[in-house]
Parts: sequence; structure tokens; C-alpha cells
Amino acid sequence: MTVDVLQKELGLTYLCGESIANEKEIDGCYCGDLLSWVMSRAQAGNVWLTVMGNINSIGVAVLADISCIILTENAALDEDAKKRAEENDVVILTTSKNAYQLAAEISKVI
Amino acid sequence: MEPISLHYDVSGTDFTCAGEASGKIKKTLKELGFPASLTRNVAIAVYEGEINMVIHGGGGVIDVVITPECISMELADQGPGIPDVALAMQEGYSTAPDNVRQLGFGAGMGLPNIKKYTDEMIIDTEVGKGTTIKLKVFVK
Repeated sequence: MTVDVLQKELGLTYLCGESIANEKEIDGCYCGDLLSWVMSRAQAGNVWLTVMGNINSIGVAVLADISCIILTENAALDEDAKKRAEENDVVILTTSKNAYQLAAEISKVI
Repeated sequence: MEPISLHYDVSGTDFTCAGEASGKIKKTLKELGFPASLTRNVAIAVYEGEINMVIHGGGGVIDVVITPECISMELADQGPGIPDVALAMQEGYSTAPDNVRQLGFGAGMGLPNIKKYTDEMIIDTEVGKGTTIKLKVFVK
């Protein structure tokens, strides 16, 4: 499944990267907010659920080959983070759901 | 292939720049055709080093030598040094200040992650003088 299909299935909202979401293959999901922890344990292709919308989250997503970031509970995306994400082809989506609710939904569709 | 040498300066104050060197190294390795898993491992190790330089080291320099057999990295700062390396290598041990933790860092995973994603890791540190970390990732 690609990120654009997941977006439609779960009614997620794009914050950036919509035009490349169909190129991002999903392989699993990871939840976490401590960046080094996520970098150590998330797998390439994972959807990453987090409330951390700062510029360093984008670095982690790029280096760890994350398929997309989903900011849960309407967590804010910093302006400089959005700019960095656009420069580095990182897809970011948002939802009002919490990580548990969203992960449960993702597990049913991927 | 002739060895390729890369050099990067890491700012000691700017978190927004952390990740630039590791991102560029990853891009270079990808373009050279190294396996995706290797480029990911090298990038994560260097990124953790960059973050450590910003948090603790007051900035520093990163030198990378790429050959078909091995990626060698040297990350050097002139920060306060590490008083107890064994303690610093334990997952969860961190001396990062609160403002750094609020950004999602300071989980005490930096040095353990570097070790996890490299084949060789040598830490040369002296309190009051600085820290140099030498890393190797072999191409299998």
C-alpha cells in the first residue's frame, strides 16, 4: 500500500508532500516521540506516528527511510519543519486521533 | 574506485542544521550505489554524532572516507569530553538539558545507536579537551 491510499482509507489530512504520496510504499508502522529511540527502532518504510513536529523529526524521517509522518492529536508542525520536509520529499499528514486509535486503524488496512 | 573524502563542519549551537552532514553523506552513498541498509546505518550513526556535537560538544568536524570495502568516519569536537565512557554507552543514560529533551532528544540513545549501526567504534575522549569518535562500516 502507498501513502496516498492510506490517506484516503483513513481520512487523513495532508500537511505537505501530497504530490509524492503515491510513490511512498508503506511497510509497517511505528509510534514514538523520542527521536533517537525512533531512529533506532523504526524500520524503513514504516508510517511514523508522533506528536513531534519540529525540524529534527524531518531529519529522522529522511535518515530512517520513513514512508510518512502522521502527526497525531492535531500536533503542530513548525514552519521550518514543513520547509525542510518539502525540500526532502517527506510526506506529512495530520489527524485528531491519538496514536493508539490511529495505529489500531492502520493495522486493519495495511 | 578511488577513495572519496568528505568533510563537514557542524555548528555548535544550531539544532536546525543538525542532520545536514548525515543527509549529504547518505545522498552520496546512495548515488554511489551502496546498499540501502548500509546507507541508512551510516546516516543514522553520523546523525547521532552530529546531535551529540550540538548538545555537548560545541560543534565539531566530520570526516568521511568512502572506499568500495569500507565507510570510515571520524567525528571530532573540542567539547567537555566524556568522564565515564562506559556509563555514557548505557542505553538511557543522558546528561542532556531539559531544552534538548523537549525537542525529542536526550533519550540516552546516541552513543548506543552509533555502536549499533557501525561495525567498529573507538572513542577517544579527554575531559576538558574533547572527544573523537572513529567509526567503520564494512561493505558486506
